[in-house]
Amino acid sequence: MSASNEYTPSTATGRIANFVDSRVGASGIIKEFGRKIFPDHWSFMFGEVAMYTFVLLLLSGTFLTFFFDPSMAHVVYDGSYVPMKGLGMSTAMASTMDISFDVRGGLFMRQVHHWSALLFVASLSVHMLRVFFTGAFRRPRELNWVVGGVLLIMGMAAGFTGYSLPDDLLSGNGLRIIDGVMKALPIVGTYLSMFFFGGEFPGEHVIQRLYSLHIMIVPAVIILLIVIHLFMVVTHKHTQYPGPGRTNDNVVGFPVGPVYAAKAGGFFFIVFGIVALIAGLFQINPIWNYGPYDPSPVSAGTQPDWYIGFVDGALRLMPGVLGNFSFEWNIPFPWGTNTLVLSVLLPALVPAGAIFAVMFAWPWIERWVTKDNREHHLLDRPRNAPFRTAMGMAGVTLYSVMWAAASSDLIATHFHVALNDVTYWLRALFFLGPIFAFWLTRRICLSLQRKDREIVLHGREAGIIQMSPEGAFTEKHEEIDVYKRYLLTNFVDRQYIPAEPDAAGHISGSEKRRAMISKFFFEDRVAPVTPSELEAAHAAHGHHEVEGDKADSIEK
Amino acid sequence: MGDHSHGSPENSGTVAKADDVAQDRFPDPGLPPHRPRLADRDPRAAKRHERQVALLFTISIIGTLFFFVAYFVLGHLGEMTFAELRVQNAALGLGTGFAMLGIGVGVVHWAKTLMPDHELMEMRHEISSEADRQDAVEIVDTIVEESGIKRRPLIRNTLIGAIALAPIPAVFMFRDLDRTGKNAHQMIDQMRHTMWDKGIRLTRDPSGTPIKASDVQIGSAFHVVPEGIEETENPLNEKAKAVVLLMRMDPAEMQISEGREDWNVDGIVAYSKICTHVGCPIALYEQHTHHLLCPCHQSTFDLTQECKVVFGPAGHALPQLPITVDADGYLVAQSDFHEPVGPAYWERG
Repeated sequence: MSASNEYTPSTATGRIANFVDSRVGASGIIKEFGRKIFPDHWSFMFGEVAMYTFVLLLLSGTFLTFFFDPSMAHVVYDGSYVPMKGLGMSTAMASTMDISFDVRGGLFMRQVHHWSALLFVASLSVHMLRVFFTGAFRRPRELNWVVGGVLLIMGMAAGFTGYSLPDDLLSGNGLRIIDGVMKALPIVGTYLSMFFFGGEFPGEHVIQRLYSLHIMIVPAVIILLIVIHLFMVVTHKHTQYPGPGRTNDNVVGFPVGPVYAAKAGGFFFIVFGIVALIAGLFQINPIWNYGPYDPSPVSAGTQPDWYIGFVDGALRLMPGVLGNFSFEWNIPFPWGTNTLVLSVLLPALVPAGAIFAVMFAWPWIERWVTKDNREHHLLDRPRNAPFRTAMGMAGVTLYSVMWAAASSDLIATHFHVALNDVTYWLRALFFLGPIFAFWLTRRICLSLQRKDREIVLHGREAGIIQMSPEGAFTEKHEEIDVYKRYLLTNFVDRQYIPAEPDAAGHISGSEKRRAMISKFFFEDRVAPVTPSELEAAHAAHGHHEVEGDKADSIEK
Repeated sequence: MGDHSHGSPENSGTVAKADDVAQDRFPDPGLPPHRPRLADRDPRAAKRHERQVALLFTISIIGTLFFFVAYFVLGHLGEMTFAELRVQNAALGLGTGFAMLGIGVGVVHWAKTLMPDHELMEMRHEISSEADRQDAVEIVDTIVEESGIKRRPLIRNTLIGAIALAPIPAVFMFRDLDRTGKNAHQMIDQMRHTMWDKGIRLTRDPSGTPIKASDVQIGSAFHVVPEGIEETENPLNEKAKAVVLLMRMDPAEMQISEGREDWNVDGIVAYSKICTHVGCPIALYEQHTHHLLCPCHQSTFDLTQECKVVFGPAGHALPQLPITVDADGYLVAQSDFHEPVGPAYWERG
């Protein structure tokens, strides 16, 4: 770059901008992002909530590390909380008590941290559901879907490692359950437990180890994944909901500067403010009520943080013995008898494993069944993908049944029903609930689609009642405008694709299976209204009066 | 829905069958016309929004000031009661909450009412073009070719072997995560033993006072630890295995299996308190039904049937501790448990 044609700024701002730009190339970044278009929709905010609560976690967590001591060395409590004075506890517990009672604002920061953690995993989960139900995971975003799923798992890992740090009675019993689940793993389980706890449970090492994981490796991985996630969002550009003017080739929305930046930036402060209000007004994890960890006592109604609940619930649902048959199998080997603890292994690993496996594989499953390998930047309205919405609801139901089971004792005491009955019902729902949810959701979706058809074909109800010369009352219908009509008729009309032979004329087994699933998913379907159908409807009834002899329903 | 009837499913005219092909579609009418907001037309409305935004920012400033009041005036270290702490905590939350919400709501309100609300359109671009992909493939081919890795399988195979082996030490590095220095056999073996032994007195938890057989009434339950547990090297580890529930019931109601006839003292029985499911302490004793219930996952054990599992996820009965009385009338253990306590594991057998 020669000096002669260098840009000379005239204002102070210009000079600073020029200084930065000529050293780091900022104008390229501003050119790329300054007016980049982001589509606007309330459901796109869940991901933002997740990111902002993570920022809050970093801020409040850093504050807490300045005062927390993860040692398990035994001390006698001598802080400001009188009822616990003189009680023996670990240093970790004592320093958590000090943060709560002897550091000004410490309790507030602890509560901000805990509430943010709960909200972080919750918003991640809801964001994943939004992406699933709108089909945003489809090509080219499959890998970002996987990154999101790993983020969810890491969020749960971060929550779990942090939950145990205060070394209070509640979290100690949580660790004990983890110890029991670890020991159930065949062959390696016992050693894993010894390595994890540095010997037998509870030992004197586990809190320090969880602390290292909680403040170093887990957040580092989360930050890395968030960076990858956002990088891919920029590469792909954001998806958008369908509607007039929105196509698969464009992005309609607001520019980053100023509108989107203001809304998204302002939203950070809103999230912060709401978390601060919750943390100020609602108590969470009052360790001074639980007391220090002791292997003997346990409080009734114990529960983990919400996101671990589904695994805990699965543990509760599994019967350990049926009649005289025990799910702990003692298997005789030449070297002695070993125990396969199916009563713990099955519920701890299988449901969670199945949910995450299907979740991660879903973009590829859907691509395989629908043979749709196109890029999709326009989202589906959930009703317009009945099979997917139904599958998602089946998964949500399975998860919810397990989650409810984690509160089986509280359900029993609050609703005055027998605990055993609650468990029996939930066991039945575990198997039947998802099937029912699939069926019901698909029926609802198809009905909503039919309603859309009806609105397009017959118009909306005008609220005007007319009386005919014969004395019959009818309601006047008004035709909807072209924008609404386009929204209701423009969607991907997925159809059953029968098994197709390959080049050699042979139909493979996997192709037959694909066709079976395709038939199951798509044999019931509601097609969008076409212009000729609308034409026919108008011709049959005149423009505004509709008395249908013409059906608009669909069955197989 | 209106006044029109629906056709029957069998002869529905507009039903799309799976083999139908949808061809005709409605054309895209383009973006709907922009509707101006009040503030776009009326300068007074714009001015009003401006004042609202400024008010919200002022609320934020007040919130921040309130935080300092909460921090310095309400909070005085050391001598706070719990109630005062709660008030301070709520005040800190309110101060911070309003400080942040004032900014956030203000900025969003500003963006929604005063910044342009015209939606703009941008075209998407191909994520990676065919030409780029071909160039990339060519470059990779060149790199592979120049490195010679295909032509020299000896180098390639030894490299794969070396890379496969190299991480294994990193796994073995973690062997000493177990800080007890025990070998594999000892690690497994220690799980079969607790500190209970012949003649060790049963004492109350946490007071540590020994228990006379005559103190134990029918229907009562004691939380019990071995005498001298506080003097051990790691009391929590010992307690995690040795903690016991002591109850008395009518001997006529007990089903006693062979070999356990003398494990109780006149209907006083001792069972491990550690659930055989995943190890929670079993804290609830229902004296009418003689059921023991684990509050974590609701495993239920029947005391009359030697703590057999009657409900819930536990897979085997609670281990029984054989007890007797010593010369002074105190309850003592006859021996250790005859099987490992707590959750099942691979080597349990």
